[in-house]
Amino acid sequence: MLVATLLISSFIIFSAMYLAPGNPIAVLSGGRSLPPESIRVLEERFHLNEPFFTQYWLWLKAALHGDFGISIAQRQNVSSLITARVWTTAALVLYASIIILVIGIAIGLIAGLKPGLLDTSSLVATSVSAAIPSFVAAIVLILVFSVKLGWFPTIGTGEGFAGTVHHLTLPAFALAISSLAIVARVTRSSVRDELGREHVQTAVSRGIPYPQLVRRHVLRNAAIPITTIAGITIASLIALAAVVERAFSLNGLGAYLVSASNSKDFAVVQGISLVLVTAFVVVNLIVDILYAVLDPRVSLGSRAT
Amino acid sequence: MSTVTSEVWAAPGSGPPSLLEIEGLTVRLPVEGEERAVLRDVSFTISAGEALGLVGESGSGKSMTARAIDRLLPPGAQVEGSIRFEGRDVMAFSGADFRTYRDDVAVIFQDPRAHINPVRRIGDFMTEALRTTGNVPKHEAEGRAVALLHSVGIPDGERRLHQYPHELSGGLLQRVMIATALLTEPRLLLADEPTTALDVTTQAEVMAILDDLRREFGLTLLFITHDLDLAAAVCDRTAVMYAGQIVEVRRSTLLHDDPLHPYTAALAAARPSVDATAHRLTAIKGRPLSAFEAPLDACAFAARCPHAEDRCAQELPALTRIDDGLTRCLRAEELRGDLGVAEHG
Amino acid sequence: MSADAVATAAAPAKRRGWWALLRSTGPAGIASAIVIVVATFMAVFGSALASEDPYVGRLSLSFLGSGGGNLLGFDAQGRDVMSRLLVGARSSMLGPLAVVAICMSVGTVFAVTSAWKRGTYDAVVSSGMDVLFAFPGILLAILAATVFGAGLPAAALALAVAYTPYVARVLRGAALRERSQVYVDALSVQGASSFSICMKHLIPNMAPLIVAQATILFGYAMVDLAAISFLGLGVQPPNPDWGVMVSENQSGVVQGYPMPALAAGLCIVVVVVAFNVLGERLYERSQAERR
Repeated sequence: MLVATLLISSFIIFSAMYLAPGNPIAVLSGGRSLPPESIRVLEERFHLNEPFFTQYWLWLKAALHGDFGISIAQRQNVSSLITARVWTTAALVLYASIIILVIGIAIGLIAGLKPGLLDTSSLVATSVSAAIPSFVAAIVLILVFSVKLGWFPTIGTGEGFAGTVHHLTLPAFALAISSLAIVARVTRSSVRDELGREHVQTAVSRGIPYPQLVRRHVLRNAAIPITTIAGITIASLIALAAVVERAFSLNGLGAYLVSASNSKDFAVVQGISLVLVTAFVVVNLIVDILYAVLDPRVSLGSRAT
Repeated sequence: MSTVTSEVWAAPGSGPPSLLEIEGLTVRLPVEGEERAVLRDVSFTISAGEALGLVGESGSGKSMTARAIDRLLPPGAQVEGSIRFEGRDVMAFSGADFRTYRDDVAVIFQDPRAHINPVRRIGDFMTEALRTTGNVPKHEAEGRAVALLHSVGIPDGERRLHQYPHELSGGLLQRVMIATALLTEPRLLLADEPTTALDVTTQAEVMAILDDLRREFGLTLLFITHDLDLAAAVCDRTAVMYAGQIVEVRRSTLLHDDPLHPYTAALAAARPSVDATAHRLTAIKGRPLSAFEAPLDACAFAARCPHAEDRCAQELPALTRIDDGLTRCLRAEELRGDLGVAEHG
Repeated sequence: MSADAVATAAAPAKRRGWWALLRSTGPAGIASAIVIVVATFMAVFGSALASEDPYVGRLSLSFLGSGGGNLLGFDAQGRDVMSRLLVGARSSMLGPLAVVAICMSVGTVFAVTSAWKRGTYDAVVSSGMDVLFAFPGILLAILAATVFGAGLPAAALALAVAYTPYVARVLRGAALRERSQVYVDALSVQGASSFSICMKHLIPNMAPLIVAQATILFGYAMVDLAAISFLGLGVQPPNPDWGVMVSENQSGVVQGYPMPALAAGLCIVVVVVAFNVLGERLYERSQAERR
């Protein structure tokens, strides 16, 4: 199923080039005029004189080997351009994921287990933060923590591990803030649901102490929907990172994708898109596996809606 | 508000000691902002080794009684009256006493599939209580579980321990539930409609197992059901509930032929009989009242009772002793003998 | 009893009026509705209300604070922030509207036809939807911008395409439930065509869910579209879209003039919160009504 997604997505990415108005050469060159030799090289390079599906197949094969072609704008291998930037994006997404999981689930747990003031305030807070786009969060965070308080730098990625963490903290939070709210919400409602289930009553009637009860029956069961939503949100981070990277002038894949899009550097756009979609599919795959592990009623490959 | 003291309960001469005594139990639950009574002045006792049936329609409060006994009431519940286990106040238990109580009283729930955690294995479910609160090592706990599975008619216990609930049928799961209930060596079993969710054939099997085990281990049983005949088959005495109140307690064998309360008679008559010729099914007119709808100063059943008189709507009947049973009916003495189910031709 | 009477008896009660529905969403729902009305008002009448031309700016006024008739001061290019916010409401609201209109219509069609026909058609459509499910809209929008050039129409279309599988899946479940209701068979037996049953009964009964879903999606679309405009791939400067405004005035934040960027950001957040809250309340009501 996920392989199908990958294939179809790659097909869409590839054929998008053919949807663009104008002939492929014009698209590839971004509208710049090229000398005839360059045109011939391009034609050969991109197999432009071959039938459509052959071109697709050749492109895909090359991509699988890590060869994404050459960037028109930078005149370099797209793959090397990607590798230079992929770690920034990966670090950012990883950092944001940790924030989402740790803080989001913690908030949801507390709100779910203890009704009352904490719960109501968490509902309000999550309602608001779910609506905050990451770029708005970015400028607010920059304003408060960078300009006013000076705790964090505004732009750039920093050196070394500590430096990188320091630099990426604000971007990671900006990226995480709205997803965090969603995860907290789902955690809260899943925990609430589980608390009310009959099998929890059974455990109570047998005298299982509260901490064990929560751990073994409530959390363990609530983990299923929580994993699903966490997976979906983290997968979406992969694309959303672009916005944050722009806001903080981080040299990551997302930012590069946007600038390549602006300069119509098609090979780059295709290459990065393919990488991002693959990452997206991989995350979904991991979620599917986790789901099958957590819920013995489900066999691998089917995810209950 | 009348209360039944233990004198009324004590049969002439001394009988076996009572294991569970409930006196004047009234429970109120907050529903949609207001306090609603779900149990009204419920009183009965169960002697050690006895099986008492608790029969009623939906909303009569029978399940709530079981939950009150096991202290499983929802948060915010208000409880009046007393529940005594071996003479000690159940509501006052805490700490170690409470844990022991939870071991002494085991509940068998209605829908086993909903009451067993679907993501954990059967072995985990069965041995959990022993391992966490009893500090019994896993190996030993599993051994006991397998032995009990054997007693409920599941021979390959070892294999079953490693299975998940969704791999077992409803009937098997209920047997597992029964076996699990027995693991903590309880004194009192609360069976809350244990067979309602099962098909008829399985029902009979599970009932047989329950009955055998009770006798074998000398357990005291409170058997809750909506089926009067089922209760009569398994229990020595049967109590009938209506609108959150006890309306009759009687020896099961007498309940059908010589009921003391019109409601019991109506219940018995409403059940179709296999060997009778086809008469119209006698339904009780009107609908069953929930406890909070019942009037405080009149007989709750009066509106639907074919024998009701004016005074029934003006006075709340007390639970009075007739023969060796109890009934909550103002006209009980007069109606004596007339309430039995007529033999069909 | 005639089949007609059965159908009438079995069909779920018609919804009460709009006002009653709104009142049932509670104070939070009503407050959100007010915010939405205000935002719509701004979108429609913004240009008339703006005190100054949002496109004309004097660099000498760049980032000047509030004063005189300029409540919110000036932006990076010396244009009146308030006027730009008012006029910008139009594209900020229209974009999501287009997205929601498209994906809800297409999604409903897919959902209802799938639920109605079942069989191979359903299997194919459902698998198709599953494959594209949760595909990030922003990525698709970036691709669209690369192919068709930056601009609101391409971005809106891309988002609509990305949301449609989600809508189709959610509505399919509801459509299946409606389909299995007794009144559907009753009407069929009477000779009503599938089309008329769907249009006159099935879809109207799903209306509460559809409205709730549309409201929630509007919020998501707004966030995504604003992000795309922020990236420079959606609405283009100098158009006063709220997302564009944040990106244009971002430099001001570090320089000590956060107001223009913050004001635009705040507008987005407030409106999106309103849509989310109202949408959630409507969703809860649609579920409660079903029982």
